[in-house]
Amino acid sequence: MANQARPNPYFRNMNAKVAATPMILTTLVVFVGCSVWTVIYSFSASRALPVNEFVGFAQYERLFNTSRWNKSVGNIATYGVVSLIFSLVVGFVLAAFMDQKIRFENTFRTIYLYPFALSFIVTGVVWQWILNPTFGLQETIRNLGWESFTFDLIAHRNTVIYALLIAGIWQGTGFVMALMLAGLRSVDDEIWKASRVDGIPKWKTYIFVVIPMMRGVFVTTLVIIASGIVRLYDLVVALTNGGPGIASEVPAKYVYDFMFARANVGQALAASTVMLTTVLIILIPWIYLEYGKKKQG
Amino acid sequence: MPRIRTALAATTILAGVSAAAATDLEVTHWWTSGGEAAAVKVMADAFNGAGHNWVDGAIAGGGNARPIIISRISGGDPMGATQLNTGRDAEDLVKAGLMTDLTELAEKEDWANIIRPAKLLDACRYDGKIYCVPVNIHSFQWMWVNRGVFEDNGLPVPTNWSEFEAAAPKLREAGVIPLAVGGEPWQINGMAGVFTVALGGTDLYRKINADKSPEAAASPEMGKVFEAIAAARGMVDNGFVGRAWNDAANMVITGKAGAQIMGDWAQGEFGVAGLTAGKEYDCLPGLGVHPVLDTGGDAFYFPKPAGDNPEIVAAQLELASLLVSKPVQVDFNLKKGSLPIRGDIDLSAANECMKKGIAILEKPENILPSGEQTWSSDTQGQFEDLWVEFFNDPDMSPQEAQARYVEIVENAD
Amino acid sequence: MAIEPTGPRPRRNFDPTRIMIYSVLAVAAVYYLLPLWVMVMTSLKGMPEVRLGNIFAPPVELTFEPWAKAWDSACTGLYCEGLKVGFGNSVKILIPSVIISIAIASVNGYALSFWRFKGSEVFFTILIFGSFIPYQVMLYPLVIITRELGIFGSLAGVIFIHTIFGMPILTLLFRNYFASLPEELFKAARVDGAGFWGIFLKILVPMSPPIFVVAIILQVTGIWNDFLFGVIFAGTKNFPMTVQLNNIVNATQGVKEYNVNMAATILTGAVPLLIYFVSGKLFVRGIAAGAVKG
Repeated sequence: MANQARPNPYFRNMNAKVAATPMILTTLVVFVGCSVWTVIYSFSASRALPVNEFVGFAQYERLFNTSRWNKSVGNIATYGVVSLIFSLVVGFVLAAFMDQKIRFENTFRTIYLYPFALSFIVTGVVWQWILNPTFGLQETIRNLGWESFTFDLIAHRNTVIYALLIAGIWQGTGFVMALMLAGLRSVDDEIWKASRVDGIPKWKTYIFVVIPMMRGVFVTTLVIIASGIVRLYDLVVALTNGGPGIASEVPAKYVYDFMFARANVGQALAASTVMLTTVLIILIPWIYLEYGKKKQG
Repeated sequence: MPRIRTALAATTILAGVSAAAATDLEVTHWWTSGGEAAAVKVMADAFNGAGHNWVDGAIAGGGNARPIIISRISGGDPMGATQLNTGRDAEDLVKAGLMTDLTELAEKEDWANIIRPAKLLDACRYDGKIYCVPVNIHSFQWMWVNRGVFEDNGLPVPTNWSEFEAAAPKLREAGVIPLAVGGEPWQINGMAGVFTVALGGTDLYRKINADKSPEAAASPEMGKVFEAIAAARGMVDNGFVGRAWNDAANMVITGKAGAQIMGDWAQGEFGVAGLTAGKEYDCLPGLGVHPVLDTGGDAFYFPKPAGDNPEIVAAQLELASLLVSKPVQVDFNLKKGSLPIRGDIDLSAANECMKKGIAILEKPENILPSGEQTWSSDTQGQFEDLWVEFFNDPDMSPQEAQARYVEIVENAD
Repeated sequence: MAIEPTGPRPRRNFDPTRIMIYSVLAVAAVYYLLPLWVMVMTSLKGMPEVRLGNIFAPPVELTFEPWAKAWDSACTGLYCEGLKVGFGNSVKILIPSVIISIAIASVNGYALSFWRFKGSEVFFTILIFGSFIPYQVMLYPLVIITRELGIFGSLAGVIFIHTIFGMPILTLLFRNYFASLPEELFKAARVDGAGFWGIFLKILVPMSPPIFVVAIILQVTGIWNDFLFGVIFAGTKNFPMTVQLNNIVNATQGVKEYNVNMAATILTGAVPLLIYFVSGKLFVRGIAAGAVKG
């Protein structure tokens, strides 16, 4: 523990408190303030603008009876689980390989990272083309002679979510790789020397020694991926617009559509309250594990 | 443009606005494509010609622009004027007292008698006062047909939906996609609206979209509409997810598809591709069955300036007056491909399809209320979700979809 | 100076393991490059060729017209000046936003890892929670907050917003990185009488280039590509480049010039891309610095 051995009276920490003032204000005013505001107005009948006309749970009743919302929740669950696993695995494997003193490291790193730099407004269009069965990858490979080749994830209601995943992982894993690489490079060289001396296979060293040492990086990555999943919006709009039908709708899109295009702020805030509550339910056990132990220790 | 300048001087006097010093007026809108920008330029030139300064605040995509417009108005940083959908979208902003009242100007210029159909101005009215200026009429009720595709395959060029329906399987055999559709929800939603009028008839459309009658929504006539849309599900290709409307139009232009159901703005695409109406392509209002038009359109609102700055208000009124003036209406609508809001102007330069539209507009019984003037955006959104879900889910029966439709009509606010 | 990755030492240059490694990296590279290939090829074709729909085919008739148009003359509403007009504004927003947000967040992370005070973990937790709130929900309240602060519609306003939204992830990044540094360093500095700022500036910052680089990558990309905040909070005079990009790309009712769109996207992405190239070197140098200490 970083703070165990040093004296910890309040006045000694004055500098730290002053330095943390922007953070304290941001958390209290913006994040707590906005969440409270969201919850309060989710009980109102607000339309284009927030109004103080409260209607109890009416917005929630409607929300849970809307097939589009229910579909959105299912989608984000599928997308979330698959994308979390893939981003972590692909990101880590790429980083581990990049860390093997390879040639062209700079080139590879930039290739994996560049999607992160491009706006989804247009890359969505490109993925739409590639995934499109009538003139995308499927058609191109069929023209090369493999007549039965089928790659039309985007056209079917049950598979469109995987089309989203292909593009989402394309955009996101580069940064995960960069984080993992930064983590791997902060692992002491002595560890590798020691494991080589002891004759421990490389993969074992990664799994049992290096990964546990990179706990901090994994937590950071997890939060970044997870918050990206919860807020997933741009990609869906650019790639499928929620289609076919409502098959690829997601909660953040529901919130956005109702907040602006549909001018129903009350409904949008009810949906985001449900989103925030879900996040809290997932975060609380984690926080307990993270800090509960330390207080006892 | 000297013509505009003279007209302007006249309107300025009419409006009783003193010739104030040049005022900067920021105008936000989401018209950014070639034809649209040219149309906006007509307005900007007229305003600049009046000695003011039009500061263009274009933000592409209504979905992008709306949150920006609304948060700037409610955040206390209002623009001088802004495009916003007619209908109920802006009602809350008006209710909150954030919009400049145009009633006096409207009465002075007799908008109530100039602007036709009267529905357009009604959409701007709140509590008996006028808060916006309608600038054009757009209608979704068109089907665009590639004549060549039918002729080449030895089929008669359809003049209405049932002929098209009969030809569809043969087109399919010939390797042509019968109906080109896009994947954006509004496209499917609009198409469903077209089917409602064309196959259900205008009475049915009025009962539902003006009187909000659940009985009409549940009627067997409406049932036929659902059946027809279910049949249309089989006429499309499987690559339409996320496809933009103009890509769908392009499929018709290039002969990959036989026809598309889309609003009057589609003719711009045909024009750019060098096709002529009546020669290479046909336009069928109301699917050729009921030649009618709905009267959606664009409108401008004028947010109250900070501190009710009288100079800005004067400039706003001046701009409002210009937008309905004859020269601006003619030039603007020719460029935009939409129909003007007043009938007393000369549009001889219009093309075949536009002329068809003007002829239809001349008879009041041909004019339908546009859904957006009846339903809140929220209810429209629910219709949209339903149509999109129905169109894409072959397992959803017409009966089931209709039951949900009736439910939305019943609960509409 | 020799640059040494800290990973295990390779045995020989071309054993099966290395072939496997290179093949995996190469296959992954194809997946990552495929869309770029399509974009570049499309941006070099004329519209008639784009309409043919062979998305993977190289251009038959090579043209740089779309690039020139995207930069110089693509219309965004009434003004036909392409992307170049917003470039300066984007830089004006980017530089202070990146510096301020990283400065504040790194100090936060430092305070949270070495100088915990009562309640600091609570604030940190709320901060993490904050990163999960969809941006759109916070628009109305943030408009009100910035209006009350008198910075709505100004450069300060948009910098303020970027600092707030960058804070959760960046703070987490720095906190975890600092926590992974050996505690002995901190103790030794305390014994030597160094204070809060002294330790931070003289010991921690010089040790942390990799994490600063990651933070810069994250912020440059996020802020440069931001559209929503720039257009709402920055004011008309400071509209960033993405407003033009959006106007070029998102024109709803009209011909979509896909070749110009693609060129515009690549041009807009050029700044973050450049940062990646430059920071890639810093990345490695940072490791070298770490190796010296280790």
